[in-house]
Order: sequence, then C-alpha cells, then structure tokens
Amino acid sequence: MTETITTTRKDWVSNQEVRWCPGCGDYGILMAVQMAMTEIGSDPDKTAFVSGIGCAARFPYYMNTYGMHSIHGRSPAIASGLALARPDLDVWVVGGDGDMLSIGGNHLIHAMRRNVNLTILLFNNRIYGLTKGQYSPTSEEGKITKSSPMGSIDHPFNPISLVLGAEASFVGRTHDMDRKHMIDMFKRAHDHKGSSVVEIFQNCNVFNNGAYGDITSNDRREEMIIDLHDGEPIRFGHDGSHGVIIDHGVAKIVETADVGVDALTVHHHDNPDPSVAFALSRLASNPDAPTPMGVFRSVERPVYGDVLEAQLEKATADKGPGDLNTLLHSLPTWEVG
Amino acid sequence: MVTRPNDAKYVDGKEILVTDTDERTSEIPEVERIIVRFAGDSGDGMQLTGDRFTAASALFGNDLATLPEYPAEIRAPAGTLAGVSAFQVHIADHDINTPGDSPSVLVAMNPAALKADLPKVVEHGTLIINSDAFDERNLKKAGYESNPLEDGSLAGYQVITAPMTELTKEACKDLGVKPRDAERSKNFFALGMVSWLYSRPTKGTYDWIEQKFKGKDLVIAANMAAFKAGDVYAENADLWASRRVVRPAKLDPGTYTNINGNTALSWGLIAASKQAGIPLFLGSYPITPATDILHELAKHKNFGVRTFQAEDEIAGVGSALGASYGGHIGVTTTSGPGLALKAETIGLAVSLELPLVIVDVQRGGPSTGLPTKTEASDLMIALHGRHGEAPLPVVASSTPADCFFAAIEAVRIAVEYHTPVILLSDGYLGNGTEPWRLPSVDDLPPIKVEYLTEPNNVGVEGAPDFMPYLRDETLTRPWILPGTPGLAHRIGGIEKDDTGNISYDPENHERMVRTRDAHIAKIAESIPPIVPRGDVDADVLVLGWGSTRGAITAAVGRMRRKGRKMAQIHLRHLNPYPPNLAELIKSYDKVIVPEMNLGQLAHELRAEFLIDIKSITKIMGQPFTPAELVERIEGAIDD
Ligand code: SF4
Repeated sequence: MTETITTTRKDWVSNQEVRWCPGCGDYGILMAVQMAMTEIGSDPDKTAFVSGIGCAARFPYYMNTYGMHSIHGRSPAIASGLALARPDLDVWVVGGDGDMLSIGGNHLIHAMRRNVNLTILLFNNRIYGLTKGQYSPTSEEGKITKSSPMGSIDHPFNPISLVLGAEASFVGRTHDMDRKHMIDMFKRAHDHKGSSVVEIFQNCNVFNNGAYGDITSNDRREEMIIDLHDGEPIRFGHDGSHGVIIDHGVAKIVETADVGVDALTVHHHDNPDPSVAFALSRLASNPDAPTPMGVFRSVERPVYGDVLEAQLEKATADKGPGDLNTLLHSLPTWEVG
Repeated sequence: MVTRPNDAKYVDGKEILVTDTDERTSEIPEVERIIVRFAGDSGDGMQLTGDRFTAASALFGNDLATLPEYPAEIRAPAGTLAGVSAFQVHIADHDINTPGDSPSVLVAMNPAALKADLPKVVEHGTLIINSDAFDERNLKKAGYESNPLEDGSLAGYQVITAPMTELTKEACKDLGVKPRDAERSKNFFALGMVSWLYSRPTKGTYDWIEQKFKGKDLVIAANMAAFKAGDVYAENADLWASRRVVRPAKLDPGTYTNINGNTALSWGLIAASKQAGIPLFLGSYPITPATDILHELAKHKNFGVRTFQAEDEIAGVGSALGASYGGHIGVTTTSGPGLALKAETIGLAVSLELPLVIVDVQRGGPSTGLPTKTEASDLMIALHGRHGEAPLPVVASSTPADCFFAAIEAVRIAVEYHTPVILLSDGYLGNGTEPWRLPSVDDLPPIKVEYLTEPNNVGVEGAPDFMPYLRDETLTRPWILPGTPGLAHRIGGIEKDDTGNISYDPENHERMVRTRDAHIAKIAESIPPIVPRGDVDADVLVLGWGSTRGAITAAVGRMRRKGRKMAQIHLRHLNPYPPNLAELIKSYDKVIVPEMNLGQLAHELRAEFLIDIKSITKIMGQPFTPAELVERIEGAIDD
C-alpha cells in the first residue's frame, strides 16, 4: 500500500459531469467514497477504479484517479490482472447487482476465493437500471417489472450469503442513506488485505424507488437496522430492546428483556468459522425485516498477490534470475559441426 | 525386406553426409529416411515411446519431424479403434519439412492399432506387431472377422511379430515386479526392437529411463529389462535383413535442440519480455491443445513470469488485459472455443488500445469439434470475430520452432503499436517437434517500449495538458501506466475522443473508427517485404500460411525437381499483409492456396485483391502430406 498523503475531497473529483438520474443513491455513494479517500490518505495517482457496465459502473469517470470502464461483468477479472501486475496500486472495483451477481457472478466469487487485493463495492439496487427496469438477481420473487409482468419467478441471491460461501475474507454492508457508516465501511474494506466486498443498499429512485425504504428511512432505522459491532452483543431497537441469538446455527431475533443481555450473541467479525456470519446474513433476505449492517466478517488469509510475488522471489533465489540462453539450452542439445 | 519409402528419390537433391558415428551401423544398409508410426491403446504409452525414439534420433543427428495423434478421451475404451493413440516420426539424413507422407514402419501394439493405421502404411512397409494382443476378444473389439496375422491379409507387408507382453513379463519376472505391472513396460520392449532395427544408440535411452522414472526403482528396472529384451529379441530373431540405418543429416552448423511448438512459443514470449524489458503476465484457462503453454510458463517464474490460471476463458483474457493496463505484457492462451469466449474482451482491448497477445492453438471445430486434432479454421474469427469495426493484427507461426519467432513478433506489434494481436498456431505445430538450431540471444530483434510520463499536449493559455488518445505518426496512442504522477485519466469501452472522455458525437465516432482501422493498416510499414522462394520466372504461386509450410515446401520442391516452374510464399502476417503482397500476388498467372479449412485465406485474398484464387482444402484433422499436395497442386494447375 502507498504512503498516506493529505488530500481534500476536491482532489478526488474528476472534471466529468455526473450523469446519474437526479436523486439517485449513487450520488451519495460517490461523495462518501471521495470523503473516505481523504480519510484513508490515498494518493489519487496511485489509485485505480475498474468497473463493468451499468449505472454504478460509470463511477470511474467521476473519480479523479486512474480508471477503466470495462465490459459487463468482467471487472473483477480485469482488476485482478491489474492488482497482480501492480501491487503498488490501490485497486477498487465498482459494479451493480446485475453486473457483479448476474453476468459477472463467476468472476466475483473467484476473486473472493483467491483473495486478490481488491476493494469491491457492490451497489445493490435490486433492479436493472441502465436497461430501464428489468428484475435483477437480487429482485424479490413476484416483482413486477417490464420483463416480469406477472411477477418474477426467480429466487434472489442474498449477496452476503453468496460471498461468505465464496470464502470472502472481508464482508461488509452499508446503505446510501448513512454517509458516516459508508465512509467507515469503505475505509475498513480498503485497509483489509485481500479481497473485500461491501454491499451497498442503493436506491434507484427511477425504477425501484423505496426498495430499502422500510429499513433506511430515518424513522425506521432504529428498529430495522442491526448494527454489527465487533466484540459487542448484537442489539438493536430503542435502547437495545431487541437482540440476536444463534440457536442451533440459526440467527433469531429476541427481546433483550426476555433473554437477558448476557444471552445475546457477541459479534466477532474475525471468527474463523463463517457460520455465525452466514446465520446473520440469513436474518433478512428482503429489506422488510431487521437487517444487519456493518462488518460481517474480516479475517486474515494469505493474499494471492503476496504469495505469487513470494513464489517469484523463491524461484529467483533457487534458480537465479532467468537467463534466456540457459533456457534455450535446457532441453537435450547436440552439436552439428 | 523393408521397402524404401516410394518417394525417397525426390528429396535426394542434397548431398548425403556419411560419417561413422556408430560402429554398430557399419555394415547395415543405409536409407535416407524412415517414417515410423507407433500405434497402440491410449494406455499403452505410445506417445512416450515415440518421443523417446525421436529424442534418440535427434541426438544421433537426424533431421526429423513428428506428429503425435491421440484420442480426445483420456482413456477411451481399451482395444477399440476410438482408443488408438499414435505417434509418427519422420527421420532423415537430409533436411525435411513434414512428418512424412506414409509410414514405412508401423508398430502396432494391438489389433485396433493395426486396423486403424494399416491403410496409412506404404506398400510393402514393415509391420512390427505385438502378437500377444491378437486374441479373440481384441480382434472382435477391433472389428476383425479373422486374425490378420493368420489369414494372409498382410501378405504384401514385411511382418515382424513378437509376443511382446509375454516376453516383457518374462524379462521382469526376477525383479519383484508384479506381472500386471510388468505388462505395462511392453512399450519399452517395442522401443527396444525398433531401436535395434534402426540402429539407434541405446545409452541415451537407458539414461533417460533412469531420469524419467527417478525414485520408482521397480519401474526403472522393468522398463530397462523390457527395453533390453526387445533389443536382444530383434537381434536373435534373425531380423538382420530388415535392419537399416539413417545417417545424420547435414544440417547447418550450430547447437540443436528438438522442440515442439508450444514450448517454442512459451520461450518466445519469455524472450520477448526480455527484449522489451517488461514482465510477462499470462492469464489462461486450460484447453487442449494450448494448455502446455500455461504449464511451460508456470515453470519460469524466475524470469518474472506471472501465470494466473483463471476461472474461465473470459477471466483469462480479462486478467491479461488488466495486467497490460498495469504495464506488463498481458498474454492469454487458448484454442478456438476459448477464442470465441474472449471476443468481447478483445473488442474492449481494441477500443482501449492497450497491448495484448491472444494465442490461439487451433484445433478442429466448430464447438468441441476435434479437440486433439489439428485444423486452421480460426482465421476468419481471428480477423473478423468481434462485433463492431474492430480490426487487429493477426500473425501465424509456420513450424514448431517458428512459434518462437512468431511469439516475439506478436509481442513486438502489441507493445509497439498498443493493440491486441492474435497469434495463430495449431495442434500440429503445438505438439509436433523439429530440430531447431538455437539462435544467438544477441541476435533477437529488439522491442521498443515507451510509456508516457509527462503531459503530451499544450492546453489553454499554454499550460501543459494531457491527452490519452493523442497519437504519434504511426497513429499509436501513448501507454500511460496507472501510478504515473499527474496523468490520472479514465479509459473505457464507450466511444471517446482524444481526451479519453466519453463522446457520442457522430463525427467523432466515424473519425475514431477510421483512425483505429488506419492505425492497424500502418503496421504494414514495420513488416519487411515478402520475398518468394522458387523460380524467378514461375507462373504459378503457391501461397500458404500456418502449419502447411512444411508440406507446401516439400511439395513445391518435388514439383520443381520434376521441372515445373513454381514460386512459394508463406505468410506470417495475415493482417496487415506485407506491404508488397498486392503487387506480388498479381504477378502470377495462377495463385494456389492450400489450407486446412474450407478456404478462408483464399476468400480473404479474393476479396482484398480481386483476383482468382485456386483453393485447395483439407479438413480431416490431419496435416497435408507432401504427396497429396503435389497431386492436388497439379490438379489445380491443370484446372
Ligand atoms: S436508473 Fe436508477 S440506478 Fe440508474 S442512475 Fe437512474 S436512479 Fe440511479
């Protein structure tokens, strides 16, 4: 990682006009990323954003950093190549639920499993925005859209469950209505070594307005958002009125008064066993029930690029730096006089 | 009697070098060449046996060419025709170009191998047969009604049989090897026989067995015993009359190694990385017959080579493109089906104008097609297989060793012109071998790499400004590495203007499309003019590309020795063409293009030059043989 430098948000703003729909949740996320960058102390010239296709994927154009707006679904693969070639860079990946979970699902899970040093921001608005409103892999069953006039038959992904299953070493969730929380999540995801993914509940006010209204509106947050804090009992609601226990592997919401604070599950994001994080991810698959936010999992695991570089060093130490002439003569040879 | 291959006369225009390299051979009749085909069940170790015979011949100083052929299944049903695995090697005392027309010697380990490959053998050819395998069950599986060893159907051949399985077991019986395991060494018995018959020095094979099976003492002992038993059997079985020797070839002085195309291509990529002074990154997904390039490059991390086994073909090319963006030479290797999957990313590379090398080791298609057989039917997809106007350079290798130089050329174009380049090889080149006179490292062509580190433009009020798509005289845009202070910018697949920023302006789009096209066309200026081989006053031109070079060269050579005036061109660059091709091609009355597809280059040339082309095509998963090419070229001339 590069040395930290001092910047202001302006240093991160590109000269390009931002062209999301007025009121789109992406604006808030862009602002939070730019502010997180100043807090992280990153250098814009040492930062690269790689994206695929979709509304969210326009993101690199709005950041005054290096950036590549690539093709649909492929950003984790392209970013992996960049990160492995250039360990000196901060490589961020930005995409939506269609980009990352549908056409690019394979690349996302393999980036997780390999633990390439990438920070992945998954904008989940539960709809296809850029193609004007079809159901996405995170849309709820029964959703009426232009491509599902009688209701979607597809069962949705739960992105947190998916990436936990894909061996992700850092998994977080935040939402576009809470800038402070977003900045905190982005910083922690960035500081994590290896692949980190942050799911961002993002409102598409044109094609799926209010998808998260039941949990992110100011008056609902307290009772609907379960803030995860490392080392603390999992509590939410007014004065921590409710909490979570893990019962036979299943996360359940209880009234704190009924079980007592000591009975509540204490969150350890570095728990080597991902099953508690997974159980938490199952609490809500639709944003109509109390939903955990924060860091689900943050564990240390060998980073792909580090191990690759170590192999290069070892090969060089064992065999000496590659000599082309020696290579050419490495199979049996014979002389013709 | 062993018959000499029927067309040997036509290649003896060259002086035969006679040196006494091996005393054992002093009284043995000499032949200019033999073509041996080892055939057996895919579990019989025929590839290994053929490989070893080849290596012994290479070290002996013969010129040679090989053609491994194996079934697509790892273990196809034993004893069936579908399960036959074969390895053909052509060894000669003179410069040769192909694995030969028809084998003069067939080693058949079972009835299926005999049935499958007998039609390929020359008239009066030699058959070396494992008689133990000719039991009722195996005969039935191969579809024989009666035993060909007994029914007289092999009367026209020189048949040498040996109970190889039993004799191998016998040779191993005191070694503590289980009979079932001993049986597996019978390919070494066959190798022992063939080595004796064709007077190959044996020491190298002993050393090799010890090396190859290091740590498996019983296997070493069994293979050695079997090899020796085969050698002794041949000597004692009164096969003296069949014994032949092929003298070392008179090759140009130098140090030689026997190389296959996939290895040569891998080394070429490493050499190019050295010449360019930037690291090599391979993103690849396993696919036959290209996987060996991934295997080979993965071994050479001390050259700064990073290999990334991707989750799929698309991630293979995507990661390579990401690495190129970061300043490495991004390479992806694949075969036809994989090239189809990579098309969208290659289009992105065209739009981004970043270096990228896509290696396609072609195989029979469409779809899974003939995965282990060769074909050259991906020319069209290489040239045109992307949506939109997405031109890119295409280069092709023409012999196994030439894959080395083709790889260097592909990298040169990619990094000097900032463009994706498709390098076409094929299964025959990838797996086939030839002796290669090793080049001097100092003579390799230089590769120029430039990164932009300062603003390249002057903006308003004379302030330094920077345009990622501002082009130089070759229409190449700068390569700007992320991390370069002050030059942060965005690139993408959406149409852009010179600033790199998105532009939907209609005129800008047309200008960019035409500029990208002109940029690729300009690469021709860096390609030397092509010089035809053959007769200056020829009226017939045979024009080829890819792995047909050996067969075309041999065929044209034979025809010229018979007095026919001919010229030959073999194209390395398929887009853009060498600068003088138009003029040249129009100066012949007849242009004949042999191809291992349905005439893809012929189609291209007709469209490009508006001339008639005689197309000769073969699409059987096997290369042309010189003899069939002679016949078909004659037919095309008379047509
Ligand atoms: S369509 Fe939806 S997601 Fe896309 S920019 Fe508009 S509001 Fe945002």
